Amino acid sequence: MSIFSKLYHKIDERFQINDLISFMKKKEVPLYRGTIWYYFGGITLLLFIIQVVTGILLLLYYKGSADIAFESVQFISAKVKFGWLIRSIHSWSANLMVLAAFIHMFSVFFTKAYRKPRELSWYSGFILLVLAMGFGFTGYLLPWNELSLFATKVGTDITKTIPFVGEYIMNILRGGEEVTGATLSRFFGFHVALLPGIFIFFLAAHLIFIQRQGMAAPEDWDEMSDKKKINIPFFPNFMMRDLLIWLIIINVLSILAVFFPWELGKKAEELAPAPAGIKPEWYFLFMFQTLKLIPAKLSVIDGEVFGVMMFGLAGLFWFLIPFWDRKTPRGKKWYWINYLGIFVIIFILVFTIIGFIT
Amino acid sequence: MAEDNFFQEKQTRRDFLNYILGFSFFALLSAVLYPIFLYLKPPKAQEVDVSNLKIAKTTEIENGSSKMFKIGNKPGILIRTNEGEFKAFSAVCTHLDCTVQYKKDENLIWCACHNGRYDLNGKNISGPPPAPLTPYNITVQKDEIFVSK
Repeated sequence: MSIFSKLYHKIDERFQINDLISFMKKKEVPLYRGTIWYYFGGITLLLFIIQVVTGILLLLYYKGSADIAFESVQFISAKVKFGWLIRSIHSWSANLMVLAAFIHMFSVFFTKAYRKPRELSWYSGFILLVLAMGFGFTGYLLPWNELSLFATKVGTDITKTIPFVGEYIMNILRGGEEVTGATLSRFFGFHVALLPGIFIFFLAAHLIFIQRQGMAAPEDWDEMSDKKKINIPFFPNFMMRDLLIWLIIINVLSILAVFFPWELGKKAEELAPAPAGIKPEWYFLFMFQTLKLIPAKLSVIDGEVFGVMMFGLAGLFWFLIPFWDRKTPRGKKWYWINYLGIFVIIFILVFTIIGFIT
Repeated sequence: MAEDNFFQEKQTRRDFLNYILGFSFFALLSAVLYPIFLYLKPPKAQEVDVSNLKIAKTTEIENGSSKMFKIGNKPGILIRTNEGEFKAFSAVCTHLDCTVQYKKDENLIWCACHNGRYDLNGKNISGPPPAPLTPYNITVQKDEIFVSK
């Protein structure tokens, strides 16, 4: 017996690892043309792990205070060995993570994987996406540059449109009436302590659900003949495929981070006007562009309030899909829910593109 | 019968204790949450008196140009029109709190964030801003420009 198998045996004796492995071996993954969508959850997870690691590394040098935050990021990028790389990976990985999460969400939507018994996976996943966008929004301010200052002004000002408590929430987010150094301190705290704490809880739940319930088979899986149904075990077959994809993603990430290093921009100044051509991060761009097109007044209410309310309602509607999309009787297919999904994708794409080119 | 009564009495006593316990739990919860809610909201920054703020010299600013200044905790904008008239406004866009700028080529005030436009009287003329910019009073003494709210 080699030393490893001895060690394994000793651990297995105490923790019954064999049970765990046989459980994972029993779990099967349907192999069909839609199998590729199963990888995006794992990709999001990998990018999140990279965020945690690079984030901790950045914490070693970053200083979360308005008068030195910009300089500390400059120091990381210019003086610290490979500091530019760590920062660039953190920024790129953040963006790819949101992208992967969006793809993951839409694939779940179109394969109807949110239906019973997986409603809680959908809810927890949606909350994770919102938290990820919260990470993006708070992290964006931390280098304390011109663009991030105005993005934060606009983003936090929007909370004022929430009835009754809006003003209070804005004050809590900003740490005062205005976006100042107090806001930076708070966002730093949200970004490295509050959000990770909440995120880990929902992530753990999300992962436990998927391990417990297994992958959702495609809609017509039950009607297919056994010959056509091909399943592969999750462990080790699917996991090996997952790892291979992770390797590819790490390569893509390295290429992006090295050849397109993330810019730092100009230090934020209290009095400087908003620079021309200012834009938020791409995943807020479609909302930004829509708000830009809504007129100032729509009869009695402000265009802004209307726009924000519409996005709020649409988000809630989307979140609650498992509630209102019931399985239809056999033989009847509800296409409109697919059309709705396609409409949402086209809306997001069109407004994102308009936002980019104008 | 007596047993029944005894049983009932015991039940109500237990109910009463549960009620007290539940009540004290909420009391404890609010005693914990109340200070936290207040703690979250930062103390109000002291309002700076801006009755007469010296912001620039007339010689500093040419016709058709502008200067940013700080009034209280907010940015303000001083504009000298092409005709040589001075105007001062709060530079906070009424749309979403961005900082506006003077656009010389179009001779108006512009917010880059969402393409909002104001004329040189501060009136919102196009784009999303719902209200005009807050104007400030200007007094010129010798060659010094003062603004007040």
